[in-house]
Amino acid sequence: MTATELAGPTTAPDRAGQDGPSGTPAGEKLFAGVSHGVLVLWSLVVVLPLVWTLMTSFKTTNQIFSSPFALPTSLNLVNYVNAWTTAGIGSAFLNTVLVVGSALVLVMVLGSMCAYVLARFSFPGARLIYYAMLAGLTFPIFLAIVPLFFTLKNFGLLNTLPGLVITYVAFALPFTVFFLFSFFKALPDEISEAAALDGAGEWRTFFLVMLPMAKNGLTSVLIFNFLGLWNQFLIPVALNTNAANYVLSQRMAAFASQAGYAVDFGALFAAVVITVTPVLVVYIIFQRQLQGSVSQGTSK
Amino acid sequence: MTAVVTPLAPGPGTRPPVRRRRRKLTLDRVSFLLVFLGLPLAIYVVFVVSPFLQAVYYSLTDWSGFTSTQNFVGLRNYTRVLTDSIFLRAMRNNIILVLVLPLVTIVLALALASLLTVGGSSRGQTRGLRGSDFYRVVSFFPYVIPAIVIGIMWSRIYDPSSGILNGLLTGVGIDSAASFPWLGDERTAMPATIFVIVWGFVGFYMVLFVAAIKGIPAEIFEAARIDGAGRLRTAVRITVPLIRDNVQTAYVYMGILALDAFVYMAALNPGGGPANSTLVMSQQLLSTAFTKGQFGVACAMGVVLAVITLVFSGLVFLVNRLLAGREEVR
Repeated sequence: MTATELAGPTTAPDRAGQDGPSGTPAGEKLFAGVSHGVLVLWSLVVVLPLVWTLMTSFKTTNQIFSSPFALPTSLNLVNYVNAWTTAGIGSAFLNTVLVVGSALVLVMVLGSMCAYVLARFSFPGARLIYYAMLAGLTFPIFLAIVPLFFTLKNFGLLNTLPGLVITYVAFALPFTVFFLFSFFKALPDEISEAAALDGAGEWRTFFLVMLPMAKNGLTSVLIFNFLGLWNQFLIPVALNTNAANYVLSQRMAAFASQAGYAVDFGALFAAVVITVTPVLVVYIIFQRQLQGSVSQGTSK
Repeated sequence: MTAVVTPLAPGPGTRPPVRRRRRKLTLDRVSFLLVFLGLPLAIYVVFVVSPFLQAVYYSLTDWSGFTSTQNFVGLRNYTRVLTDSIFLRAMRNNIILVLVLPLVTIVLALALASLLTVGGSSRGQTRGLRGSDFYRVVSFFPYVIPAIVIGIMWSRIYDPSSGILNGLLTGVGIDSAASFPWLGDERTAMPATIFVIVWGFVGFYMVLFVAAIKGIPAEIFEAARIDGAGRLRTAVRITVPLIRDNVQTAYVYMGILALDAFVYMAALNPGGGPANSTLVMSQQLLSTAFTKGQFGVACAMGVVLAVITLVFSGLVFLVNRLLAGREEVR
């Protein structure tokens, strides 16, 4: 562009690049140093709250209020026991595993079936279905929440875990279909033709040939759906109000708001650690795959 | 759902020439299509499409939920909602969120992503910064933590007396920060809330932008450097335009999140904050429906929320289209 725009942002490290292909090592070093500084700063902003939470989870409520900074004096696990049993984090954890597990299996099966048909068969109405899915991805769940309440009530599924599962499946479906649509679309036609020539029917072609070929896409969607459903908050809050069926996110919210009266902040911090640890462990194990998925999902 | 995907419409432009013959409708094929399409669609229609449509209908009635009669009242719910000062306050807060949140998150994410990818030596191949994997893994952490837990954690951090924030501030000598209620003061409640959401998402979008930047051919950066473009200019003039579609996707998703924001508000300030300064439309909708039992009014709020969401997405697409057009002319 023009010279006027050049004048403004010329900083010392910036000049290093303008010396042409040779560059100046001092400028390079300075720029790398500044970059590291900024990134380290942000990493601290991310990590410090987590470390503080972990530290505080070992303290008694008294210690938390008298000295928020001090290291815990001993490895006190009472908070964890209280959180798991008294606060009901344990049962909520099991509910969540059950609901998210079933919903994931169902949505992966149904989503890949639907995406496959939409991507590889041409029939009247395909475009309509596709746009109906797009709408489901764009419209806020809040619009549907009131009628959904009564739909579930009419089916006798309100405040039940199966009701929660089917709602999770329905609302995770559009994303799953979109993501897998492009995967199935990209698979070469020759393969399904070869399978057909070999005498495989549509069912066998799908389960034995096409599904295994979309494995990368399936894993990515699975990870995103897991995170999305595990963290889901609005749907259970509105549609699952029976305390015995609470999922983890709900239980945490209830615990936090109740902690204001019957102050057991130590157990609250312990509950946060219990909730965060499994996802962090899963994340650290799968972080390469997950970060790969982020780019796959958006570069289509 | 917080994940990101760019839809690929099966329009005439993107569909490769269909070379499948129309085969006979055998039992195998018919049963296959029925089950594969019918089952997912049935669930989708009953639990997603139909509730959306019903909501639009209920928004035109005076339905209170548990009565069997519902009278058609035309647009009365809408005039009521749009003249309700509390709902308008919530709408204003949502609009502040939608203006600030995507911008701050994306600018920060882009800056960090640029530092990571082009922060290394400027000679030869464009190289990333040393240790960039470490920064990437750490920044991504918050994205996997449940939003409600992020909210609870930060409400403790912001706590006036036992929170670490005021502890740090008084520690470095800012004594006026002692027992300052970050979430209880009208001036700071919203900025403090926005920071929490930004904290949760910067890492995710940073990883997304890093992946996009790595997809740009190295020759382009090389050429820019030979032409004497500095790092900042390369980032602003070359990188950002080339990953424009990723930025657009990020903008739409952050905007939709900002128009929802329910989880964060519920965790940080369940009551709407001091003088309703963090109240959002979704909170108002839920309490109108499930506390007051005014389902017709709540549905009208839902429609207003949906319309604002669609207008926002449309605007982002339009602006992106216009900017792209300007680039091409140049």
